[in-house]
Amino acid sequence: MVRGMTVLLVCQLIGEVTARALNLPMPGPVLGMLLLFGVLLWRGAPDWLDQVGQGLLRFLPLFFVPAGVGIMNHVQLMRAEWLAIAITLLVSTVITMIATAGTVWLFSRLIGGRKTYDHATDYD
Amino acid sequence: MTDIWVYLAQTPLLWLTATLLVYYAADLAYQRVRQWPLANPVLLSVVLLVFFLTVTGTPYQRYFDGAQFVHFLLGPTTVALALPLWRYAGRLRRMLLPLSGALLIGSLTSILSVVAIGRLAGVSDVTLRSLAPKSVTTPIAMGISEQIGGLPSLTAVLVIVTGIIGAVIAQDLFDRLRLKDQAARGLAIGVASHGIGTARALQIHAEAGAFAGLAMGLNGALTALLAPILARLLGL
Repeated sequence: MVRGMTVLLVCQLIGEVTARALNLPMPGPVLGMLLLFGVLLWRGAPDWLDQVGQGLLRFLPLFFVPAGVGIMNHVQLMRAEWLAIAITLLVSTVITMIATAGTVWLFSRLIGGRKTYDHATDYD
Repeated sequence: MTDIWVYLAQTPLLWLTATLLVYYAADLAYQRVRQWPLANPVLLSVVLLVFFLTVTGTPYQRYFDGAQFVHFLLGPTTVALALPLWRYAGRLRRMLLPLSGALLIGSLTSILSVVAIGRLAGVSDVTLRSLAPKSVTTPIAMGISEQIGGLPSLTAVLVIVTGIIGAVIAQDLFDRLRLKDQAARGLAIGVASHGIGTARALQIHAEAGAFAGLAMGLNGALTALLAPILARLLGL
């Protein structure tokens, strides 16, 4: 467990330092993810890393809760316009999801026929 | 009694434990109602904790002193998203072209649609500027908001609300669209609703989670490039 956690933190640390040093528009952990992805492509994933990673990933929703509670400090910023904002966010999120998924679908139709994008079987 | 409260209010233990207890209860409730979307555990937990903090008159900073230990794990867990991504590396390689296209279209759609709809709904200009980067992860979104003249703290709220909306609606929307491709699902969630959406995508399917994590990261960088240009073109 210590080994796995250490690898994750080292990747995050390298990501944070690189993002700051090069002034990149990406948070350190995201760069760390891309770095670890590169390492995995090269060396594969050992069990001890996989166990720690999967263990953490199961609780990803929980880790967003403290930041989520932070909205209590700023809700008054939305007070005047909250309904218009809520509708805007809802509609825009739906449209964005449809546009993104629709583009994948369109590409698969254009490339066509090879059934590369049809993974209906492994749903849930 | 007051003595005990005074003691508890001083230590990080109370709000750390409360965060875990509330999340545990919220997740249990979510399973009990067979994952009814509006019972999303992040949404329930945030609502309950804000309620408790307000009732006890506890400032957010005091709460965060305890909850920061949970918050900290967000970093290494984001790094760990490389693991599911690696497992679907073969699929990723075959999908490079559709993925790039979907990313670009999705990113543009997110920014343009939120500004257009916001204008129609009569939202003020400063709020529109704060809304533009709403689909990307908080640190990037706040930076963009500041750069284009929005309010970074308002953006932080809008980003979290967007994430929760995405997590709540995703499964239902995909079912309605009869979209079964897990990679396409993941990309859509990751582009539209960043990390909170990615957490939901992981529960839907490991492959959806893998692509959501990747889309979140890449869309963050893309939006940082596109948003300032679009804001100027749209006269914001």
